[in-house]
Amino acid sequence: MRKIWDFHGGIHPPENKHQSLTQPIRRAGIPAELVLPLNQHIGAPAEPIVEIGQKVLKGECVARPAGFISVPVHAPTSGTVTAVEERQVAHPSGLATECIVITSDLEDRWVEHAGIPDWTSADKATLLACIRDAGIAGMGGAGFPTAVKLGVNPRGGSIDTLVLNGTECEPYITADHVLMRERAEEVVAGTRILQKLVEPKETLLGVEDNKPDAIEALRRACEGTDMDVVVFPTKYPSGGEKQLIEILTGRQVPSGGLPADIGVVCQNMGTAVAVYRAVVHGEPLISRITTVTGEAVAQPGNFDVLLGTPMSFLLELSGFSADRLQRLVMGGPMMGFTIPDAAVPVVKTTNCILAPTEKELPPPPPAQPCIRCGLCAEACPASLLPQQLYWFSRGKEYEKLEAHNLFDCIECGACSYACPSNIPLVQYYRASKAEVTQLKRDQAKSEHSKTRFEARQERLQREAEEKEAQRRARKEAAEARARQAAEAGSAEQDPIQAAIERAQAKKAAAQEGEETPQRPAVAQLDPAQLAIERAKAARAVSADQSPAEKARANLERLQERLAKSEAKLTASREQGAEATIIDALEAAIEKLRPKLEVAQQEVDALGDEAQPKPAPAAEEKDAAQLAIERAQAARAATADQSPGEKAQANLERLRQRLAKSEAKLAASREEGADDSIIDALEAAIEKLRPKLEAAQREVEELKAGQEA
Amino acid sequence: MYEWIAQQPFLAALIALVMLGAVFGALLGFASEKFKVEGNSVVEDINAILPQTQCGQCGYPGCRPYAEAIAEGEAINRCPPGGEAGIAQLADLLDVEPIPLDEAHGEEAALPSVAFIHEEDCIGCTKCIQACPVDAILGAAKQMHTVITSECTGCDLCVDPCPVDCIEMVSEELTLASWHWDLPSRDDSATIIATDRIATDRDAA
Amino acid sequence: MALMRVTSPHAHGPLSTARVMQTVLLACIPGVAALTWFFGYGTLVNIAWACLVGLASEAIALKLRRRPMGMYLKDYSALVTATLLAIAMPAYAPWWLILVGVSFSIIIAKHLYGGLGYNPFNPAMVGYVVLLISFPVEMTSWAAPRGVNAIEVPGLLDAVKLCFVPGSVDAVTMATPLDLLKQNKTLAVDALWQQNPQFGRWAGVGWEWASLGFLAGGLWMLYRRIYTWHAPVAMLASLTLMAALFDDGGAARSTGSPLFHLLSGGTMFGAFFIITDPVSSAVSNLGRLVFGALIGVLVFLIRSFGNYPDAVAFAVLIMNFAAPFIDYYTQPRTYGHRQGGTASRKGAP
Repeated sequence: MRKIWDFHGGIHPPENKHQSLTQPIRRAGIPAELVLPLNQHIGAPAEPIVEIGQKVLKGECVARPAGFISVPVHAPTSGTVTAVEERQVAHPSGLATECIVITSDLEDRWVEHAGIPDWTSADKATLLACIRDAGIAGMGGAGFPTAVKLGVNPRGGSIDTLVLNGTECEPYITADHVLMRERAEEVVAGTRILQKLVEPKETLLGVEDNKPDAIEALRRACEGTDMDVVVFPTKYPSGGEKQLIEILTGRQVPSGGLPADIGVVCQNMGTAVAVYRAVVHGEPLISRITTVTGEAVAQPGNFDVLLGTPMSFLLELSGFSADRLQRLVMGGPMMGFTIPDAAVPVVKTTNCILAPTEKELPPPPPAQPCIRCGLCAEACPASLLPQQLYWFSRGKEYEKLEAHNLFDCIECGACSYACPSNIPLVQYYRASKAEVTQLKRDQAKSEHSKTRFEARQERLQREAEEKEAQRRARKEAAEARARQAAEAGSAEQDPIQAAIERAQAKKAAAQEGEETPQRPAVAQLDPAQLAIERAKAARAVSADQSPAEKARANLERLQERLAKSEAKLTASREQGAEATIIDALEAAIEKLRPKLEVAQQEVDALGDEAQPKPAPAAEEKDAAQLAIERAQAARAATADQSPGEKAQANLERLRQRLAKSEAKLAASREEGADDSIIDALEAAIEKLRPKLEAAQREVEELKAGQEA
Repeated sequence: MYEWIAQQPFLAALIALVMLGAVFGALLGFASEKFKVEGNSVVEDINAILPQTQCGQCGYPGCRPYAEAIAEGEAINRCPPGGEAGIAQLADLLDVEPIPLDEAHGEEAALPSVAFIHEEDCIGCTKCIQACPVDAILGAAKQMHTVITSECTGCDLCVDPCPVDCIEMVSEELTLASWHWDLPSRDDSATIIATDRIATDRDAA
Repeated sequence: MALMRVTSPHAHGPLSTARVMQTVLLACIPGVAALTWFFGYGTLVNIAWACLVGLASEAIALKLRRRPMGMYLKDYSALVTATLLAIAMPAYAPWWLILVGVSFSIIIAKHLYGGLGYNPFNPAMVGYVVLLISFPVEMTSWAAPRGVNAIEVPGLLDAVKLCFVPGSVDAVTMATPLDLLKQNKTLAVDALWQQNPQFGRWAGVGWEWASLGFLAGGLWMLYRRIYTWHAPVAMLASLTLMAALFDDGGAARSTGSPLFHLLSGGTMFGAFFIITDPVSSAVSNLGRLVFGALIGVLVFLIRSFGNYPDAVAFAVLIMNFAAPFIDYYTQPRTYGHRQGGTASRKGAP
């Protein structure tokens, strides 16, 4: 007899297991429709690799793992993929998530598959790949990818103990119990594969003493192997991984660590069977044993059920009376969660569907004040002080919660069970854990934002300084040039040389800018920056001008720019500058002209009506600024209009935009502008049309509504 | 010496007091040098609590200026992104009573949001890029812009400058991973505390 | 089909606050029976009247605090407080004494601090100490036990009269053994014992049996797992140890033998009914050991060197002050943490 240890706390709730143990495992059969959630495990959801309408065979992979901690999903039977959409799944939130829906053809045709019959001589990587490809995730409840767990390298030395968890300490659940009772050979065969992968010194099959027939079957199957069936007294939650490890080895998994850190790997019995089937027969995980029990079903029992089967299908099979049901629980009464609808599918972690009557599990009575009786601390298997955590949770004292090791809570529910005041302690801890995690994330993010903000401020300042320096340099250069021109009379080379130098300086500055890590803009060159600066200055100046004044100022600015450009052009021509420079200048002047016209129109219009006009398709910064101002003014003006008027105004505006864009397009075509510009304009017009139509419709509808 | 002191009680007392004063003065001076607090740590502490959205809803150009203002005595309830939790932390730090959020500066959002650029409408004006306090928008002049969601603080400073209104604040979606149980509601009659009840009565009236 | 959405666990244990309180009340029976046998119906009348006052005070406080009355009245906590205070008071205490004490316990010591679960001090002991300090004469007038000096105890009617119309019936009062021991300056213990018949076999006629009755009730509650053994055992052990250390074998100024201390006054009652009050005691098992042990030491020190003959109430109140402090230093080692290691102390008060 091996020495066994005890863990702190624990409770002895009524077991209620006999109801579902009277019958052997039944096959649930094939439902008409199977819903396969892509996230039946912990980790990244799988990615679907099938299309709607595609035929799939039983065991065919329909979604591949997305990342390291992820597992694939397989078709549980043959049929057609009818949808890849969001469906409600077994989750306490009642939220929907991405699922693959398969309509079965009832033929149940297998995809071609083969195991590794000679697995004893296969290497570890092959076996791990086989387990991963079979989509096996821990079947005890958490659903951690098994291949990842088996492949993990222990931090401190090697694994010395492999633990098979056949505890099933939760009341009502008997899925592992019947599995051990009826398929002990498969359990042992699966364990042998696990042994090969883990290479432990000893292998322990831990079973609570309330399952004598399962213990008997396991002992028989284990004869002649080096596996030990260890029996220990029934106590909830001895099936918790950490608690089981303490019972069997006397060692405690360090807080925040893994069992592997103390040389232990723990696997569920169901997982062992799944591993056996995957490796020896090549069958992926497409079915599991699920207990259906509770007083709302007439024949409680265990089903071998295809994953994706709606829970209502199983409930029907068990003679379920809907009128007696008040809540449906996936899992046991201690850690299971209520599900919002009986139509949700069975997934890899569904060990039990509990359909209790109101009398059986009465709704929670109102919580009374905590009297600090300490019964929760007596029951806590993690040796926490639940009532202190409760006070801190209520007071949202997150630092103290962490200091009192909130995150070592395994949410087993023993404290809530024992609480004489009916306080939903576990809910407090769950909410607080989420809150603390969120808070930490927020803090990290805010720290990150601060760094970025400060880096940006620094960059802006540096850029301003650089600009200032450049401005000064340019001024000096211009002065020098003027002096030289005055002195030498003809210095043909110099302007070009200066231009080249300027261009190089700009390039250097731009590169420097790009080298700063926080810089997001791909190529924010100085001209743009300068333009912004100018625009900003202009905005500051014009902040308290009327729209008409602003438009006039804009016009003047444009005229100035045009004049400057033209002067430059003439100068370049005279100096015989390079053709490219002259071309560029010419193009710039061409571009300025229409803008000038627009601005002129603007001023005229404003002068006449003193009314803001709708926006032209804004392209350049100044124009855009104007557009915003105008739009804002228009918005302010329309604030007290009726919906009909607004719609009308909107329509007008859109029409004008369209007209303007078309005019521009025509102009561009005539001028033979760049294809890209024409394309962009065309696209803009295309975009405007449906909007215009929609506006038209709206106006009509509103009118019709008024008339009616 | 002793005799002299005994004969002159007034002088003795005076000397004793002066000596005591000198000793304690020296001690205090030493302590103030030895345990000197470096920099203006209060501002740093306040700034650490502020959410660093740099949104300016408080009326200050960024979180740090607001932190400086709080240190100077500004109200602690002007930060909607920080919300009630932030106010509670500030109150705790500054040892004042927490006060409700000043709605004039905005309301606390239930879910965090991030900016989203409708890329088909974007004209590439770079105005949002310049507005973004944390450089979370990527793009160049006349190129489509996009928001780096992971860097966005949800300050919505980019929404107004957009000339074509193509930026929208999108609330983060609730997913299976982000969902969690809330604290049990405290408004059930059994646990309500008297002051709450009076407040609700008053509200109802 | 609207299915219920609640958080796990869905099953709940059989224990409720009301059940805990009921058990405490039932556990009082043996002790109260012994008191009644030896001192007459005074204690019963006290309890009945105290319960009435207790329920009324609770109802008034709930009404003023606008709490649901039905739910809180049904948790039996007011009855427990009132009963414990009534047992601690001298039998045949005048009605107004109980009125003042119980209403003070419930309204001030309990509800002003936030009601059940929030009171830092044991309400019954607060009421007791207030009365003891304000009305020392009434609070130390103990009736003479049956059989001492051939005294007969009053009947039920006389008991009621004594309570409600003080002085209407002649009653014999007598110093308690603890009083006698405290006042004794000259006699050796044996002589004292012989002079005063009320010393009885071990610790006073009636007192010893009442103490044994409370011990029995306490053991039953331990068996029912209403509380853990830590605090009572620690208190009794430390009291015994202190008494044994100071016991000089019966010379004058003796502080009394360990057995005398265990069975006299409020020792057993305090150990099993007062210091086990979960609200105001330490929370962890180690903390309860410390809490109980220090109460034991204080009881002995106050009895032997203080001004009052009995000391349980004072000791309990003093340790109530210390309970949060004890909690802070006696956090249990969480699973997976090294002793005193990762369980950081930061953020604690």
